[in-house]
Amino acid sequence: MAPRAIFPNKLLPYLLLAPQLAITAIFFYWPASQALYQSLLREDPFGLSTQYVGLANFRHVLNDPNYLHSFQVTIVFSVATAVLAMVPALFLAVMADKVVRGRGIYRTLLIWPYAVAPAIAGMLWLFLFNPSIGSIAVMLRSLGIYWDPLLNGPQAMILVVAAASWKQISYNFLFFVAGLQAIPKSLVEAAAIDGAGEMKRFWTIIFPLLAPTTFFLLVINTVYAFFDTFGIIHAVTGGGPGKATETLVYKVYNDGFVNLILGESAAQSVILMVIVIALTAVQFRYVERRVHYG
Amino acid sequence: MATVDLKDIRKIYPGGFEAVKKVDLAIKDGALCVLVGPSGCGKSTLLRMIAGLETITEGEILIDGREVNELGPAERDIAMVFQNYALYPHMSVYDNMAYGLRNRRMAKPEIDKRVREAAATLELDHLLTRRPRELSGGQRQRVAMGRAIVRSPKVFLFDEPLSNLDAKLRGQMRVEIKNLQRSLGVTSVYVTHDQLEAMTLADVLVVMNAGNVEQIGAPLDIYEKPATLFVASFIGAPPMNLLPLKRGEGRAALADGTEIGGKGLSLSREAATLGIRPENLVLAAADGADGLDATFDIVVRAIEPVGAESFVYGDAGKTRLVVRVAGKTIVEPGAHMRIGASAADLHIFDEAGKRI
Repeated sequence: MAPRAIFPNKLLPYLLLAPQLAITAIFFYWPASQALYQSLLREDPFGLSTQYVGLANFRHVLNDPNYLHSFQVTIVFSVATAVLAMVPALFLAVMADKVVRGRGIYRTLLIWPYAVAPAIAGMLWLFLFNPSIGSIAVMLRSLGIYWDPLLNGPQAMILVVAAASWKQISYNFLFFVAGLQAIPKSLVEAAAIDGAGEMKRFWTIIFPLLAPTTFFLLVINTVYAFFDTFGIIHAVTGGGPGKATETLVYKVYNDGFVNLILGESAAQSVILMVIVIALTAVQFRYVERRVHYG
Repeated sequence: MATVDLKDIRKIYPGGFEAVKKVDLAIKDGALCVLVGPSGCGKSTLLRMIAGLETITEGEILIDGREVNELGPAERDIAMVFQNYALYPHMSVYDNMAYGLRNRRMAKPEIDKRVREAAATLELDHLLTRRPRELSGGQRQRVAMGRAIVRSPKVFLFDEPLSNLDAKLRGQMRVEIKNLQRSLGVTSVYVTHDQLEAMTLADVLVVMNAGNVEQIGAPLDIYEKPATLFVASFIGAPPMNLLPLKRGEGRAALADGTEIGGKGLSLSREAATLGIRPENLVLAAADGADGLDATFDIVVRAIEPVGAESFVYGDAGKTRLVVRVAGKTIVEPGAHMRIGASAADLHIFDEAGKRI
């Protein structure tokens, strides 16, 4: 064990921790406690009167078909985004692992999209798929597909999923590359000698050994799709058409800041908080029990 | 059962590094051929070329008389034991051994029979459901062997299979590998950097250095008649004493001017190297009545008693020497000794390192 630093002054350690604690308290605990408090109140849009209503907001939210619909939208969106972000990333990583020359350049280029801000990524896709000016939209139309994400819900969903996962592919790629490098080459060679073809080697040796990485990324991507895609949805569809792409996070914003139903919006964010805590717990448990081979 | 023939094999890596230079080798059916040499001498590259894991730049490899240059590792009908065992960590011992058979679409009962037979031979019966990480180093080693033998391939390839084991286990496994190879009678190529392992295992020993084959032969022949200076210094522990010689006047002397006693040597060239194994040096009689051909007066520097024998380190003039003496001979550092060897035990190498 590393020797413990001993502070002669009792106050100094707290002083050193203070900035971090202050940031956490001001930007996390205070808003979180405000949300908790607000979720128990009913407030008029002008903030002139408030009334304590207990758990009525929660009851109302959980019985609201719109909320349940938003839940469904979120699940579809998250699963689709996670799958679309991980499958191509794994494919690219496996291919990149085979590249001998120019490996570094290839990898760097693949990691770049991660540096693009979510709203910008959203705008990019919005332009590409814009029914009147988008170049991809033109191509789709020439293929005979009636493309209009502004009116067609599933198409809007496809668009946000594409925009959200595109960025995430880079991130996943990085982890898959690292995961692949951690697999001893001799295992793959042994499998080759054992008569396994390339596909068989991938599915019976490489993929199972990548399982820890894959699981880790699954959690990360789900969390990302749940909570970090507000910017993209806001830029691309604004939750529409109708409520076709209104995820839980987006609904919190819509109900709270657009429709000014503050109490219910707060209740929704409390529910989201519970979901985050649950997902984080899963993640931590997993990280601790991480499968170690060898 | 098969022969393995290497014809003028070369390996040049894309960077231009020549790892193997023109290796010619014919391994008889059922023989255990050991490739030995220091790290980077090309022995592993050579083995990997036989396995089909490295491309061959030039030359031909024949297994059982059939050229295999263009065949993949799976089609060469070989099995390989890796240095780190390369066991599939997510599979049980049973599945590790069955994997190669399943890939070859063998019938289930036959797979089961073979795996259980191999497990019984290697005393792994009770471990079949375990994962590799639950096994000790020696057990993993056995599983790696089991994975090779269930396939009953034409050739076994071993890539330093014992170097991850502790010394005691290594000795034990060495004997086991030898017995197993004998009883199965499968032609084997074994790579090691450990000259003791090489000496004890080999039917045919191939000493390699810097991509070249220095000598091929039976281990004891190589020990007794090393073809080059490199082989002389590499095979044997402690290594052979190598003393630089010069022609001198009438009789040869050490390069530092120290005289060589006894009947003496004559040298037809300006300079050479004299090799004497530590165990061939004996105590010389003071009056020279021992009939030794070359004797040296040494000053003892240090002694290493190993139990059954001791090694005495000394200086003849400025040239260092090691002498093996039986038992717990008591000599103090600083003492003077007269030692010598007879002509049959002297090895002389020319300036290019070739045996004369």
